[in-house]
Amino acid sequence: MLSFILTVLLDGISYGMILFLISVGLTVTMGLMRVVNLAHGAFAMIGGYVAGYLTQRGGNFYLSTIAAAIAAGAMGAVSEMTVLRPLYRKGELAQVLLTIGMVFVATGTITELFGAFPYPVVFPDYLTRPINIGFREYPAYRLFLIAVGAVIAAALWFLVERSIYGARLRAAVDNARMARAVGMDVNFLFTGTFIVGCALAGFGGAIGAGILSLEPAYALKYVVLFLVVVAVGGEGSFEGSFVAAMALGIIDTVGKYFVPLAAPYLLYAAVFVLLLWRPRGLLPPKSVA
Amino acid sequence: MPLKSIARPLALAGHALPWLIVIGYFFTADYYLSFGTEIMIWILFAMSLDLALGYAGILTLGHAAFFGVGAYAAGLFAIHVSPDPLLGHLAAIALAALLGLMTGAMILHTTGVTLLMLTLAIVSVISQYANQANDLTGGDNGLQGIKLAPIFGRFEFNLFGQTAYVYTAIVLFIWFLIAWRIVHSPFGRSLGGIRQNPRRMRAIGTPVWWRLLAIYTISAAMAGSAGALSADATSFVGLSVLDLLSSGIAAVMLILGGVRRIYGAFVGATIYFVVQDYTAKISPFFWEFVVGGMLMATVLFLEGGLMDLGNVARRAVERWRGGADDA
Repeated sequence: MLSFILTVLLDGISYGMILFLISVGLTVTMGLMRVVNLAHGAFAMIGGYVAGYLTQRGGNFYLSTIAAAIAAGAMGAVSEMTVLRPLYRKGELAQVLLTIGMVFVATGTITELFGAFPYPVVFPDYLTRPINIGFREYPAYRLFLIAVGAVIAAALWFLVERSIYGARLRAAVDNARMARAVGMDVNFLFTGTFIVGCALAGFGGAIGAGILSLEPAYALKYVVLFLVVVAVGGEGSFEGSFVAAMALGIIDTVGKYFVPLAAPYLLYAAVFVLLLWRPRGLLPPKSVA
Repeated sequence: MPLKSIARPLALAGHALPWLIVIGYFFTADYYLSFGTEIMIWILFAMSLDLALGYAGILTLGHAAFFGVGAYAAGLFAIHVSPDPLLGHLAAIALAALLGLMTGAMILHTTGVTLLMLTLAIVSVISQYANQANDLTGGDNGLQGIKLAPIFGRFEFNLFGQTAYVYTAIVLFIWFLIAWRIVHSPFGRSLGGIRQNPRRMRAIGTPVWWRLLAIYTISAAMAGSAGALSADATSFVGLSVLDLLSSGIAAVMLILGGVRRIYGAFVGATIYFVVQDYTAKISPFFWEFVVGGMLMATVLFLEGGLMDLGNVARRAVERWRGGADDA
């Protein structure tokens, strides 16, 4: 029984790590610049396809995931500077529609280039085998996800909570006008963070391809999940999105094991109730009122 | 001023134009008649979204919930209760309105991203449920075996879709009149105020929440009606009606045509389908690319949509004239 609970937990945590890696960039976009970015899933998809393309041609897996991060970051930089920046002053409706347009364009392009079928990332052999973790055999791939996710989460925590860059970022999320008034270059800060967020999404899309499988519909199919992580965690909150991603991963996995029929809609029903109860999410940044 | 004297007849001609096209299409379309039916159904759906999203500023991506519930309600009514299409249609409208009233009452006190997420959560719950409830909805295979009795016992739904076309056109016209009446009423005007500044509207004594709930319910009924028409016209309801993509496409049509112009839905839905039909012949997936590009360009450069092209052109001419005067 204990080993069963541990297995469910590991499944949930590895799933949650992927959700966190992809969503953490989105929480900055929505918290800092108040942009509703429905195109975030497209960056994860682009990263995944880059990694898939390279690994299918015998490229080194780790280098391929880094290439995926760079490609997604570059796409993020280009789209931020060209189409997203004029949007900051427009309303949420314009933002929703423009980013949906980006999703359409990305989906159409990916379908043209790679076809409509699922597109696999080739993982190294030792990741696809189960390994012995004491009480049972467990897929090495999921342990790899947990390890990578934990390292990146720790690095991000350090960056956000302990570095001067993080202090500026938190200040800008809490009160962008005040941050500007004391001389911070909030736009530069945002562009930089947006690029890092897109790169992380691309990386997450690449290494998470074993769980969230790549297909042209990826961008639209999973963006609701990423938005849920952000909304539940609280826009602009790093701890919030980590807690929300873990909770979502574990709840979803537990649901699939115990109530497989009701799990999908129970998850969204839970999100619905939670957002009614706490409209600003679980752990909203302090002064976002 | 010769322009003023022709303004009224010109406006009347403008109002008549879309309906003349609807009538003219019926006699010229041949095998493409069902294409026209589909366009009109989506015009109705986009128009319902315009009431909630455009006029009242309710940020929603969950409108497919009402379209889908209307479609399933009409289909299930025909299979299990009565094959009468009008009764089924009324039942679908009532159910969609009820859903709108219930969910609206819960979510309309929130705004922005929270509201957006709540609407997404609602449509996700419904769509996942429809996927699971195989016995009721047919799940992935869709709801099949919808057989309708003739309307008024006389007009049968036939293979060429003439009945479906005329039926859809009449329903669309009725909803158009209702929508037109609403947006030009004091109630419709107050929605504009709520969209622009809800606090101020509350301060001058407008019952903001009630007004939003009212328009949300009406809009839900309208979307449900569009869903029912779609079930009737195709004798089929697929899971995709509850997709995020369905809400997205309706929003795309709306912004392409022009938000907060009743006719924007007409222009947007027509352009969308013509572009989709045309580009899909080049390559089955090219349309997504083109539609996405069009959408982005509209948001960035033509905020009022295609219906605003006239104003944009007039402003450009005025600027050009003004510039010439200065020189």
